[in-house]
Amino acid sequence: MTSSESIADAIVSVRGLSKTYKSGFQALKRVDLDIRRGEIFALLGPNGAGKTTLISIICGIVNGSEGSVTVDGHDIVRDYRAARGLIGLVPQELSTDAFESVWATVKFSRGLFGKAPNPVYLERILRELSLWEKRDAKIMTLSGGMKRRVLIAKALAHEPRVLFLDEPTAGVDVELRHDMWQMVHRLRKSGVTIILTTHYIEEAEEMADRIGVITSGELMLVEEKHSLMRKLGKKQLSLQLQAPLSAIPPGLESWPLELSDNGQTLTYTFDTQGEDTGIAELLRKLGELGVDFKDLRSSESSLEEIFVSIVRGRA
Amino acid sequence: MNIHAIRAIYRFEMARTFRTLMQSIASPVLSTSLYFVVFGAAIGSRMGNVGGVSYGAFIIPGLIMLSLLNESISNAAFGIYMPKWAGTIYELLSAPVSYVEVVIGYVGAAATKSVILGLLILGTSRLFVSYEIMHPFWMVGFLLLTAITFSLFGFIIGLWADDFQKLQVVPLMVITPLTFLGGSFYSISMLPPVWQKITLFNPVVYLVNGFRWSFYGKADVNVVVSAGATVGFLLICLGIVWWIFRTGWKLKA
Repeated sequence: MTSSESIADAIVSVRGLSKTYKSGFQALKRVDLDIRRGEIFALLGPNGAGKTTLISIICGIVNGSEGSVTVDGHDIVRDYRAARGLIGLVPQELSTDAFESVWATVKFSRGLFGKAPNPVYLERILRELSLWEKRDAKIMTLSGGMKRRVLIAKALAHEPRVLFLDEPTAGVDVELRHDMWQMVHRLRKSGVTIILTTHYIEEAEEMADRIGVITSGELMLVEEKHSLMRKLGKKQLSLQLQAPLSAIPPGLESWPLELSDNGQTLTYTFDTQGEDTGIAELLRKLGELGVDFKDLRSSESSLEEIFVSIVRGRA
Repeated sequence: MNIHAIRAIYRFEMARTFRTLMQSIASPVLSTSLYFVVFGAAIGSRMGNVGGVSYGAFIIPGLIMLSLLNESISNAAFGIYMPKWAGTIYELLSAPVSYVEVVIGYVGAAATKSVILGLLILGTSRLFVSYEIMHPFWMVGFLLLTAITFSLFGFIIGLWADDFQKLQVVPLMVITPLTFLGGSFYSISMLPPVWQKITLFNPVVYLVNGFRWSFYGKADVNVVVSAGATVGFLLICLGIVWWIFRTGWKLKA
């Protein structure tokens, strides 16, 4: 189910992309994906699902076996200069130089991507990432979180239009995580398209406009986050009963109800898609049957639960 | 042409050189000085002239070549091996640069460093012996050509190596013996007839002799053959580098 509709103004367009490594391992299976200009796209999937392979091919680090990718209309192989110039990549691994200073490495990145020096811009980036004070420090003297910031600064040094963040918040403290999401929002405002992979589903839930789920090299689905949650999400209504029940009251057997907590809690599960949730009717019926409750709570299934059910459904 | 990228790589590599000034410049100069003291002054005083020049002066081109080859190879090899080892190569691979630009940056920096070193050794040897340079343009030409060729060769070794041992094995096990047996410290004519023939299969013989000719106007082999052999090796290295980047061998999965 590679259910990505073709988007006219896609900034990144992946078509029939497959990758088989020399070992015979097939990391990607005919992936089609369009990334909209200016969106935040989250790619979710378990370890080894092909997230990093997909990003690596788009960025030019790994050669694809089949299929094509264009970035803003530029083919990543034939027109690699134009395509790569638009992309910034923050890799998953903390791969940094050891002896270089922060300033030198950021300056290097900008030059490598073909941009004329611009100390004012680089200063702004370093200040935004709270790295300005550390600009003369050797990278090896920095903490892991600071190194992650350096990698982000390097990726932004050439003013990319598309930013790939591969597991950006793995092993990152709360403060940096917060800073990073603020920065992502700022970048998006300035028109940068952001594609991130993550294990932290709450991150995708909070940040992304659209979500793609990839498992075993196949893109299972691509959806607007809200419609995905609507479509696959379930809501539950929990009632704390005044007096415990020993069984579901007669006349309500056909309702998706469950008793738990020694009969103290009655849980009603309903679909969020339907116009009529059935809550009003349920409460009326309970009233007629004389079942009183002291508290009620409704909860929505999280993206994580949705994700798990998709991945399980495959396996 | 991504000039900014070439400049960035070149500066990055040169900065690495200056950061490790002791190791990259001072130590080869010191070891060469030791060669002069031992071979030039101590032993050389009992050797007499070789082909009309004093032994001390005779070994200068060979000594420079010895350092030039080793330093070109290890510099360029280390320069490209380090990003592979540290993982920072991702940036180079994802950058809008062609292999030509990458090679100019890395090989250019390695060759620059070797040339500086060669000139430093030339200057240092002045302290021990007097010499003249009959064909200065040829001398500079050989210096540049050798530095570029062997930096390119080192670049290939750096791409090929996947551990530190492989990085060292070619300079230590191949280049050093070839240089010592390549007539750095003797004239081929001093060898027994059979070895005079065999030694002609050693490419370093051509480098050392071409270079020596530019100093003293005399050499064991024809200077045109020397220059031709070096250019030939340069072209072979260029071909290999081109192939590596085209196929992504050892660089891209």
